[in-house]
Amino acid sequence: MRIFLSQVIAILWKDIRYELRSKQTWLGMGMFALLVLVIFNFTFDLRVDNVSAVAPGVLWIAFIFASLLGLGRTLAAEREQSSMDRLLLCPVNRKAIYLAKLLGNLLFIGVVEIVALPVYALLFNVSLPAALLLIVLLGTLGIASIGTLFSVMAAATRARELLLPILVFPLIVPVVISVIQATQQLMVPKVNEPPWIGLLIAFDIIFLSISMLTFQYVIEE
Amino acid sequence: MALTKQATGIASSTEERTNDIDRESPVRLPMAASLILGGLSCIGMLASIWLIFFYTPIDALQGVTQRIFYFHVPTAWVGMSAFVVMTIAGIIYLIKPDERLDWIARASGEIGAVFLTFLLITGSLWGKPIWGAWWVWDPKLTAALILWFMFIGYLMLRSYMGRTPESARIGAVWSVVGVIDVPIIYFSVLWWRGQHPGPQITSNGGLPPAAVLTLMVSLATFTLLYCFLMVLVYQLQRLQTQAQRLRAIVE
Amino acid sequence: MALLGANGAGKTTILRILAGLIKPSAGTVSVLGLDIIQDVQQIRRCIGFVGHQSYLYEELTILENLLFFARMYTVPHRQERVRELVRHVGLERRMHERVGALSRGQVQRVAWARALLHAPRLLLLDEPDTGLDRDGGELIDALLTEHIAMDGSVLFTTHLLERVLQQSDRIVILGNGRVVYNRETAGLELDELQRKYREVTS
Repeated sequence: MRIFLSQVIAILWKDIRYELRSKQTWLGMGMFALLVLVIFNFTFDLRVDNVSAVAPGVLWIAFIFASLLGLGRTLAAEREQSSMDRLLLCPVNRKAIYLAKLLGNLLFIGVVEIVALPVYALLFNVSLPAALLLIVLLGTLGIASIGTLFSVMAAATRARELLLPILVFPLIVPVVISVIQATQQLMVPKVNEPPWIGLLIAFDIIFLSISMLTFQYVIEE
Repeated sequence: MALTKQATGIASSTEERTNDIDRESPVRLPMAASLILGGLSCIGMLASIWLIFFYTPIDALQGVTQRIFYFHVPTAWVGMSAFVVMTIAGIIYLIKPDERLDWIARASGEIGAVFLTFLLITGSLWGKPIWGAWWVWDPKLTAALILWFMFIGYLMLRSYMGRTPESARIGAVWSVVGVIDVPIIYFSVLWWRGQHPGPQITSNGGLPPAAVLTLMVSLATFTLLYCFLMVLVYQLQRLQTQAQRLRAIVE
Repeated sequence: MALLGANGAGKTTILRILAGLIKPSAGTVSVLGLDIIQDVQQIRRCIGFVGHQSYLYEELTILENLLFFARMYTVPHRQERVRELVRHVGLERRMHERVGALSRGQVQRVAWARALLHAPRLLLLDEPDTGLDRDGGELIDALLTEHIAMDGSVLFTTHLLERVLQQSDRIVILGNGRVVYNRETAGLELDELQRKYREVTS
C-alpha cells in the first residue's frame, strides 16, 4: 500500500514539475476562467432578484470550460513521445497512474477555481460560504474523474480537442445538475429539495470507481 | 538462457493470410437467418401497421396523434436494448478479446444510433401537438438525448480510432461508463423536474386490452427488425474488417 | 542472444511483448519462468529495455528522470544508485541539465542508465548499435560485459551481422513473424550466416 501511494505521489510530483516548466498552462487557464465570468456579466442582465437563478450556472459554465482545458495537461507530458510507454514499462500499478493523473488535474483546475471564486463573488455581489467550497470540490472531483479517463481515450485520436468535450459533456450531466442545485440551495434555501450534496458524493464515488477500474484497459495495448 | 518464447500470432505470409480470411467467411447461416428474420419483420410490420391504424381504439385525450405511441415505445425499447447488447459485448471483449464480439458491439452501436434518432424525431412529433413544444427538458427526454449522444460519441470514437484492438477496448470502456451513467442521468433529471406522460401499462387507468395487444405486437416487430438489422450490419462489419486487411496485404 | 530479420519481420514486436507493452494475441509467453499475462508486473521488475525512443522526460533533468524511475522500480538506496550510474555513463557533470538539451548520444547513455537502474536480469535491446558515437559504443560494451558477468541475459535485435558472431552465443532469425533459424554461434562461420540471412530476407 505504501509503495502504491509513493508511486502516485512520484508521478504526481513529476507532472507538477513538468507543468511548472511550461508556464503557459496556468496563465491560460486562469485568464480563460476570468474572461468567461466577465463576459457573462455583460450577457446576463443581473438584477438582484435574478442573481440566485443565474449566478451558479455562470460560475459552473466557467469552471467546466476551464476543466476541459486543464484536463489535457497531465497527458501532455506523456504525449510528447506519443506514448505512455515510459510509464507502462515500469512495474507500477495502473490504478496508481490514474490516481496521479486525477490528482494532477484536480490541482490544476483547483488553482483556477481558487482564483475565479473571489472574482465571482465580487462581480455578482454574492458571498462565499465554506459550504460552497465543499460543493466546488465535489463537483470538480466528479468532472475530473470522468474527464481524466476520457482525456486518455481522446489522446489516442487525432481530433483530441474536439472529441473530449463531446465525450465528457453528456456524462457529467448528473454532476452538473447536482452541483448547480446545491449552489442554488446555498443562496436561496428551498424546502423539500433532494439532498444534492449527498447525491454529489454518491455520483463521485460511482464515477471514481468506474474510472479506476476501467483505466487499465484504456492505456494498455 | 533463462528465456523461453513461442512465436505469437503476428501476421504470416501473404498466402497464409488470404487463406485465413477465406476460412472465416461461411455465408450460408447468416443468409438463412437474415431471410427468415427479414421475412418475419416484414409480416410483423404489416400486421402492426394494420393494428395501429385500424384496430386500436382512438385515444380519448390525445386523439389520433396518440398512435405514434405504438412506434415510439418499441423504438425506445430497442434503442436501450441495443445499448445493453453493445455494453455486454464490450465487457466480454475486455475479458476475452475476440473481434467478433467487437463486430457485434459496433453493429449494435450503429443500429442503436439510428433507432435513437428515430426516437427523438417521433418524440418531438408527438410532443408538439400534445405539449405545445418540440422539446421539453424532462427526465425521459433528457436521458434519451444523452443516450443518443452516447451512441454518436461511440461511433465517432470508433471511427477516429479505426479498427484496432485498442479502439475496441476503448469503445467497450465507453459503453460501460455510459450504461451506468444514463440511468443516473435519468434519476437526476427526475429529481430535478418531470413532465412525461406516465407509464400506461398499469391495470388502473391503463390501456384497453386492444391497445395492449397492439403494443405487444409492435414491440415484437421492432425486436425482430433489430435482430434482422443486427445480422446484416454484423456481416457488414466483418466484411469491412476483412477488406481492410486485404488492403493492407496488397499495399 | 541475437534476434535478426528484415524490417517488419516482427523483431521489435517480440521485444515489446516480452517487455509487457503489448499483449500477445495467441499462444503463451513466459519470461524467466513467469507468465506474461499473470505475472507481468514481476516480469517488468526484472527487465531493462533500451529501444529507439529514449523513454525519458525531456523537460526534466537527468537526475530527476533517473530518480523518478528509481522510485517507480522501487530501487533501494535511490540517491546513491542513481549517482553511481550517472557517473558510470560519464554524465556526472551534466546531471542537472534537461534531457531535451542533450545530444543524441548523451540521451542514449541516460537511456542505458535508466534500463540498468534496477539491476535487471534480462536486458532487451532494440538495435543498440544505432546512433552511437565511438565512446558510446565502448561504454555499451563495458556495460554489457558487466551485466553478463553478474549473471544477466541479453536479447538484442540488430542488422549488423559482422559483430553478431562475437557478441552473442545464440542467433535467431525471424521471417514474417516466424522463427526460421535458431542455433548457437559456436562454430558458425560469418559467410554461412550471411548466406542464411540473405535467404530469409529475400
